[in-house]
Amino acid sequence: MKNPYQPRLATIDDIREEVGGQRAIKTFRLKFQDKDIQKDFNFLPGQCAMVSLFGTGECFFAISSSPTQKGHIEVSVMKLGKVTSALHECEPGDVVGVRGPYGNSFDVNGWQSKNLIFIGGGIGQAPLRSLINYVVDNRKKYGKLDVIYGARSSKDLSYKQEFAEMEKRKDVNVHLSIDVEEDGWKKFVGFVPTNLLRVKPSPKNAIAVTCGPPIMIKFVIQNLEKLGFTEDQIFTTLEMRMKCGIGKCGRCNIGNLYVCKDGPVFSYKQLKNIQGER
Amino acid sequence: MDRLILPKNKMSEFINAIKTKYQVFAPVENDGVTLFKQIKDSSEVNLDFSNSKVPPKALLFKQTETLFKFTPGTKGKIDPVDIPNEKTVIFGIRPCDAKSLTILDHVFKNDFEDPYYLTKRENTVLVGLSCNQPDVNCFCTSFDDGPASAEHVDILLTDIGDKYYVEVKSDKGKQLAKTVDKLLRPASENDGEKKKEVEKKAADIITRHQKTDGIVDKLDKIFDNPFWKNIAVKCLGCGTCTYLCPTCHCFDIQDETTMAKGARIRVWDSCMRPEYTLQASGYNPRPTRMNRVRNRVYHKYSYYPKNYDIIACVGCGRCIDNCPTNIDIIDVVTKAGEVKA
Repeated sequence: MKNPYQPRLATIDDIREEVGGQRAIKTFRLKFQDKDIQKDFNFLPGQCAMVSLFGTGECFFAISSSPTQKGHIEVSVMKLGKVTSALHECEPGDVVGVRGPYGNSFDVNGWQSKNLIFIGGGIGQAPLRSLINYVVDNRKKYGKLDVIYGARSSKDLSYKQEFAEMEKRKDVNVHLSIDVEEDGWKKFVGFVPTNLLRVKPSPKNAIAVTCGPPIMIKFVIQNLEKLGFTEDQIFTTLEMRMKCGIGKCGRCNIGNLYVCKDGPVFSYKQLKNIQGER
Repeated sequence: MDRLILPKNKMSEFINAIKTKYQVFAPVENDGVTLFKQIKDSSEVNLDFSNSKVPPKALLFKQTETLFKFTPGTKGKIDPVDIPNEKTVIFGIRPCDAKSLTILDHVFKNDFEDPYYLTKRENTVLVGLSCNQPDVNCFCTSFDDGPASAEHVDILLTDIGDKYYVEVKSDKGKQLAKTVDKLLRPASENDGEKKKEVEKKAADIITRHQKTDGIVDKLDKIFDNPFWKNIAVKCLGCGTCTYLCPTCHCFDIQDETTMAKGARIRVWDSCMRPEYTLQASGYNPRPTRMNRVRNRVYHKYSYYPKNYDIIACVGCGRCIDNCPTNIDIIDVVTKAGEVKA
């Protein structure tokens, strides 16, 4: 019997500071020490991994790199609690434990030839980044591509370098925003749901995927419905406190579904029909 | 199924014979509290008990269990631990507690097999003991089970007066019976009749009944009903119900360390605690006691039946017996069924 609780060792290969200050975000590039394990770690955008520091504990993170980027996985981590704070103290070469991949994924096969709209806010961009990079790396298979992303200030925007690259492409429409005005910011100022209304994507043959703070998701969904999106065209990915990641420890349920195992990706249609605290 | 007879005066020999082949856990009384403990000799066993304070699930899903050891820090060294796989007998388990293991199997088997629970489970033989004297808050009959049901055990012993009626249910049970076959003899038809009599008499003692007809659909309709707030008003959030429940399986995983050594351990957790769902951001999806009490009832009577087609309550009555504010799950569920949706 395999032991799902025992992590595999992975070395921190690279650390990028995405955001500094109080709401610091870092992206950690992890390589499994065993090359075969690295090769066999097959995942799809939206799936998650349990990352642990021995002596501190484990956390469940969305894998923020795309499976098209081989040889490593990345997680983007906001410094917030015990484990994430300790992770932020780590340096390249340090060893962590990784288990997974866990959870369901975005339906990247079912969404082929569809127009895709990604709407992210703050650290919520992490799972979307995996999906966006996957779609960009398989660009011909998908229709029109809109990426709407915002944060409180320009300093709070993650993946700045990648967005700069993406903005140069003609086949990706990037719409960045910040919440309040700043000197030198020439793009949209306002909340993400408002930016969505301004971009006004068509619901025709489209799928919208959103992730961010709960309040943002709420208004993004309202505005998507205003734009004519139906509940089965809207997807989100959720987070909960988790311990096991494999549907046993009990705490991440929304109704009878466990976010770790039955999610984290849910359609709005599904979410509307589940009764339970979230 | 083999039906046999064990004379009462052979019981101690029976237990000691099993003990030569298996490690045996049995009800042991200490200061008026009965618990399942590993025994050295049959004389320690007390079969005159209603039920153990802590359910025997604790033998398979331990309150504290080391998942693996490690060297603390960022050098990365893991030392796996051996998962106990000794041949084990839980002797005298009540039919309700045996059923709770069938219920727990779903969680520990689903998608990812849990080796800590399942290894012990596979190596454990359940020798059940029928209840002749169900307690005041017993309600196993509410779930179409009975105080003398052999459904979830490997062997069932029923006290039918001067002897035990022995039903051997499974291959594991047959194996065990082989080690004691000299003490057993075939049961007569009359013995079978006697067992039925005892079973009926015991079932008749159970007067409390929980109405669970249509409860899954009903709970879907009353999630936002003020009923739950009224139920939760009495709750202190002590979590006793969760620790003594034979079907509760929630756990926490923690790293414990000294300077040079560390272990990742699993400990029982309780959904009655606010920290259970508290997120690092400070957000808590179940912030009030009402949310937590409601979730506990829904987990047993709505979510579990939806996922595994079985209600996650066996009617052992422990949560009723031990609640400091007399919250009574029989009443809660029965009344939930009567709430106007």
